[in-house]
Amino acid sequence: MALALQTFATVKDANAALKIEGTRYLGGGTLVVRAANEGDVSVFSLVRSIDPALSTIEVGDAKVRIGASVTMAAITRHPDLGALAKAARAVGGPAIRNMATVGGNLFAPAPYGDFAVALLALDASVDTGKGELPLETFLAGRDETRALVTSVSFTPPKTDSLRFLKVSRVKPKGVSVLSIAAVLEQAADGTIGSARIALGCLADRPMRAVAAEKALIGRSLTRDGIAAALAAASEGTSPITDPIASAWYRAEVLPVHLGRLLLS
Amino acid sequence: MELRKNYFADVRKDDLHEIGQPRARLDSPGHVTGKTAYFADRNFPGMLHLKMVRSPHHHARIRSIDTSDAEKHPGVLKILTARDVPHNVYTILILIQVGPEDETVLADGKVRWKGEAVVAVLAETERAAQEAAAKVKVDYEVLPAVLDMEEALKPGAPIVNEYHGQNYYLYDSGECRKVRFGDVEAGFAGADHILEQSYQSSPIEHAPTETTGCVVVPEPNDRFTCYTNTQAMFFTLDNSSIILQMPGSKLHFVGGTVGGGFGGKVDVIVEPIAILGAKLTGRPVSFIYSREEEMQISSPRAAEKVIIKDGVMKDGRIVARKVTGYTDAGAYSRHSPYGAQKGAAHYPGPYTIPNVWIDTYCVYTNRTPSSAMRGFGVTIGDFALEVQMDKLARLIGMDPLEFRFINAYRDGDMKAHRQPTEGAALIECMQEASRAANWPVAEKYMAMSSYAKGA
Amino acid sequence: MAKVPVQFTLNGSEKAEFIDSGTTLLNALRDKIGDTSPKGGCHQGTCGACSVIVDGELRLSCLTLAETCNGASITTTSGLADGGVLHTLQRAFLDTFATQCGFCSPGMIIAAKVLLDHTPNPSREEVVEALSGNICRCTGYEPIIQAVLTAARSNSQNAA
Repeated sequence: MALALQTFATVKDANAALKIEGTRYLGGGTLVVRAANEGDVSVFSLVRSIDPALSTIEVGDAKVRIGASVTMAAITRHPDLGALAKAARAVGGPAIRNMATVGGNLFAPAPYGDFAVALLALDASVDTGKGELPLETFLAGRDETRALVTSVSFTPPKTDSLRFLKVSRVKPKGVSVLSIAAVLEQAADGTIGSARIALGCLADRPMRAVAAEKALIGRSLTRDGIAAALAAASEGTSPITDPIASAWYRAEVLPVHLGRLLLS
Repeated sequence: MELRKNYFADVRKDDLHEIGQPRARLDSPGHVTGKTAYFADRNFPGMLHLKMVRSPHHHARIRSIDTSDAEKHPGVLKILTARDVPHNVYTILILIQVGPEDETVLADGKVRWKGEAVVAVLAETERAAQEAAAKVKVDYEVLPAVLDMEEALKPGAPIVNEYHGQNYYLYDSGECRKVRFGDVEAGFAGADHILEQSYQSSPIEHAPTETTGCVVVPEPNDRFTCYTNTQAMFFTLDNSSIILQMPGSKLHFVGGTVGGGFGGKVDVIVEPIAILGAKLTGRPVSFIYSREEEMQISSPRAAEKVIIKDGVMKDGRIVARKVTGYTDAGAYSRHSPYGAQKGAAHYPGPYTIPNVWIDTYCVYTNRTPSSAMRGFGVTIGDFALEVQMDKLARLIGMDPLEFRFINAYRDGDMKAHRQPTEGAALIECMQEASRAANWPVAEKYMAMSSYAKGA
Repeated sequence: MAKVPVQFTLNGSEKAEFIDSGTTLLNALRDKIGDTSPKGGCHQGTCGACSVIVDGELRLSCLTLAETCNGASITTTSGLADGGVLHTLQRAFLDTFATQCGFCSPGMIIAAKVLLDHTPNPSREEVVEALSGNICRCTGYEPIIQAVLTAARSNSQNAA
């Protein structure tokens, strides 16, 4: 069956169309059109919604909400989303960033999905029209998701508390060897009060480095202070192997890059 | 970087009008305006798209092929299998009498590498061809595969390619190409030091920006025009003529600008089957590799293993060199028997060594057939040789550049293949490199010449 | 197979076609409209050979469905020359020997045009960043970067 695109004004109508077998949502096209171009014949219907709400960014004191159709380029340009600009710039080259969407990035299989790694460290939640789900829960079930993601939201990070690192072999644009995002809150004495660390390419989708997070609590950001966290960094990971790097390599270099990020 | 020009002053001319002058490239205006015509920039009414069903196994027997569902798929015009190809077993170097024919256009009874072409589907659209290809059912009996050259050469290894009968190419010189010069064992016996090292490389893909492909148009005069990005036009025409059992006068090949080749577009892979499709349907046919096919299916540079054993004197002279080279051809010959032969010719390097022994093997494995790529057969060898030279220099505590001056070949030196050296310029090249890179060497080396041995 | 209408402005002229739904902008431009200056190198969004400008933004035409561009204004390399006079970038690519096989050149020039439209005097780093989605497998990056910097200088001289 030939590929066909259906465009809907509302999310509700798009959601109804998405229920049909062989249908996928078209965001920026960087995942689904690519799959069709490469001969994936399991998808024969693409659906999109041009509801303007999907393209809005709302920045409040307590909450930031980013519509699912917002592009990486729009995030890099937004005056109040400076903390996320580095993660958004890590996605593709300039043309890809004009196309790739926040919603789509949640579905990008490793080695892609660098932006979702940052969102995971921010403890973001995902709105699929049926209430909000923690991003971690959403990612675990994303392969079965049949509902359109409408937005992601999160508590705005304190200035400079989101750290992000993408490691690639080619600069400035290269596919990830791995990516790491961390949100650290430090007490007055410099010790870590809370830590959320997210990893990309260390599993088939972004994951939290829970053991490393725990090992940082009460420690300071010194070589000695982070040693336990680095030792625990690989716990629970199952890195991908692809033409960029082997699982073994990714596991080996993870503590090195996590150390650099924490001490930066 | 300004290079000196006083070398060979007696034989060079400096009043050249074209060489050394920037001249506008004739093809650039087309490139910058997007008007240069690449093969795929042609579109013909009624053009069909060809998609290939490929082997998912490294080595398997084909029990049966069922194309009945695929044939019924909407938009499908023709499905091709081995029996449709007039001369299905070929080898491209047969044109220069390098046989035997060892490769199938479409797999017949067996597949020998993962990705081998089995069934060709011709349909109105790319999508219909892809959908129909997914409906072709091939029943395979998976066979043991050999993916490593050393394993392939062991007794009892699975035979990769029955047309050869053993897992190496049989040259007229035997199981390998050989160079024998002087007495290498006597050389080792008299050497102050011996260093044996092993070097190996992985396959390398050319990854041209424009993928391999062609567009074929059946003409009213019973001829076929094939627009192709081959880098080997007449080679492709003649091999297509053999495979299709069609006189060359029926084939009109049109080349032109190639969107990057690097030696990767010389294997006569897409043209014969696309011409056959055009012949059997009477319609224009486009067969263009996807990016994935370009990376996984098109021939890479061969993986190589090179073992070098050198005998060296404390004063820096290399007195004996023994090299064993292995070239991984993958499942079929393509250009690899020639590549391995080039290695034999190259391994002494640009050095004068009195005792040389070289064996180079072209080995068959169940890997993607390798073939030509920029300096194939010598590039990996050069890497190995020059790393070996650095190691030798370190071994005897000598500057690596001075070590090369001592061993550099000069006019009149007898090379291991018994061709006297002429027109050498290595000494002068290294002298200028020494200056330009600010890597000083002793004055006696700066006074040397490629002409006079005494100097 | 469902045919859908598409209508957009290509290099200043109105184009209208009926295409199969789901056709990429790259295929629509090349096969339907006959502008073969965007090239299909990977169809994965990796090589940048298909780069075009859609309403002022750099896009990959291989991953953009043509029917999502209805009403848009599209620019390709074939539309840059003004009559017989080459665009500054085209001239600079010619003069600095920034083409080799030529397959990446139209995409490179389009990516560079978007850069210079927004940043008339870019730094070398900005040029590298702007071209980072475009692959030249002949590896002629240095002359390409020089061409863009040369074009920028030539533009500012002409403006002065």
